[in-house]
Amino acid sequence: MKTLDAIEKRLLVEVADLHKVPEGAYNIRLNSASAGRRSTENIEITPKTDVSGLEIRIKPGTKHENVHIPVVMTESGLKETVYNDFYIGEGADVLIVAGCGIDNCGNQDSQHDGIHRFYVGRGAKVKYVEKHYGSGEGAGKRILNPVTEVYQDEDSAVTMEMVQIKGVDDTERVTKAVLKAGAKLVVKERLMTHGKQNAISTYTVELDGDGASADVVSRAVARDDSYQKFDAKIVGNAACYGHTECDSIIMDNGKILAVPGLEANSVDASLVHEAAIGKIAGEQITKLMTLGLTEAEAEEQIISGFLK
Amino acid sequence: MLELKNVSFGVDDGGQKKEIIKDVSFSIPDDKLVVVTGPNGGGKSTLARLIAGIEKPTKGKILMNGEDITDKSITERAKMGIGFAFQQPVRFKGLDVLDLLRIAAGKNLSVGDACEYLSSVGLCARDYIGREVNASLSGGELKRIEIATVLARGCAVSVFDEPEAGIDLWSFQNLIEVFRQLREKIKDSSIMIISHQERILEIADEIVVLKGGVVDRHGPRDEVLPFLIGTSSAINACSVLTEKGGDGK
Repeated sequence: MKTLDAIEKRLLVEVADLHKVPEGAYNIRLNSASAGRRSTENIEITPKTDVSGLEIRIKPGTKHENVHIPVVMTESGLKETVYNDFYIGEGADVLIVAGCGIDNCGNQDSQHDGIHRFYVGRGAKVKYVEKHYGSGEGAGKRILNPVTEVYQDEDSAVTMEMVQIKGVDDTERVTKAVLKAGAKLVVKERLMTHGKQNAISTYTVELDGDGASADVVSRAVARDDSYQKFDAKIVGNAACYGHTECDSIIMDNGKILAVPGLEANSVDASLVHEAAIGKIAGEQITKLMTLGLTEAEAEEQIISGFLK
Repeated sequence: MLELKNVSFGVDDGGQKKEIIKDVSFSIPDDKLVVVTGPNGGGKSTLARLIAGIEKPTKGKILMNGEDITDKSITERAKMGIGFAFQQPVRFKGLDVLDLLRIAAGKNLSVGDACEYLSSVGLCARDYIGREVNASLSGGELKRIEIATVLARGCAVSVFDEPEAGIDLWSFQNLIEVFRQLREKIKDSSIMIISHQERILEIADEIVVLKGGVVDRHGPRDEVLPFLIGTSSAINACSVLTEKGGDGK
């Protein structure tokens, strides 16, 4: 494992809560090269030969194992597209931690486009955690455009936590999922934009089998002059259940566009959408002020709770 | 001790000035529980909001232990030891009960200490500590959590705005017990409760009757209470249930 400097270590903590080399299988990508990799008996990580990226194969029945594949970029001006494919065997139960941290102190844009595809076997359970974070004072932008595709076999369950709280200037996130009978998908997205940032998040979830269900919930905060678009579409093609929710706080001159979409192609599909956008309720701030917080502290508490 | 001196408060009501509080003066002495009652629309909640600093008087002064706090902000008053339990507790998406109690205590309260505050308002701490303070909680539960946040602050002056509003009779019986215990541990602090409930009036040291924005009566409980029994200022919780169509007024 390559020795990391202080900035690289800080980014790893931000995106993957990693304070040391993780247990289990991992690949740490640093400035477009692997800084360390380990496969285990049940989880094999191999580099792709045709394009940049990895193949991660998890054996059927693998239980309670972790895969960490964080990405760290500290060189200004780097632009990369990375293809990571995950093959999760039948009945496996694993935690996958991805995430990308960019520190850009230079004047050129840094960009990481991660394309993640998940092929989830019958009855497998996956928890996927992805955090995006940017830092650095340079004029160069920090850009992340993740694409996530999930193909779930029967009775599989996937929980995704996608978090982008700070420092990413431009992001266009595309998530697509296709679920067979009895499969379950839960997505929890947390997004905060500030400054002049732009974030677009698009979901398309297709529920193809009876008993499939999806719950896509986004909580977002747009501050300063930032802009967000949340576009979530659930398509019900069978006797399925889909729910999407977008709950947003706008502050300053922030702007948010929520575009709910439900498409039912089966009379037995049950689809629900909820969306709410508004500023912080004045009475919430007043209440916390009566508990001794200043107005600014109250606002921070409300936002950090909301994005928890 | 908290003193109100010639406090008035008015609002602009469609171009017309409307006075809600008119030249009100009284004090909430240390070691005393003062209940403010009176007909609806008499200015009771406004008075509580003036004390907490949510509204500013148009005339008059508010003093705490002799210090003029009229121009102090909500935050400054909270830091000086004024606690305020809202009539309608505020809901927060994302903040859980423990978060709220920790903010109230102003320190990283241990789970054990937080549980004590919850137990003292009759909630089983284990069931509530991690609950989000959102619409999934009932009116009675929110009300008790609201009271627990004021307890966690350890206030010199605690103001409760109609703690009985919006809760069921069963919860109300338990709340009386909470206030009875608060009264027992009042040492060096003072409590003001806005209430119409006879059973809360019964535990008061002093009663203030606010009517049409002015103090109609003020004195020790035994002097004032007899005038109130049978009026809308001292409701018997059970009679509200038995009187057909009674709305408690």
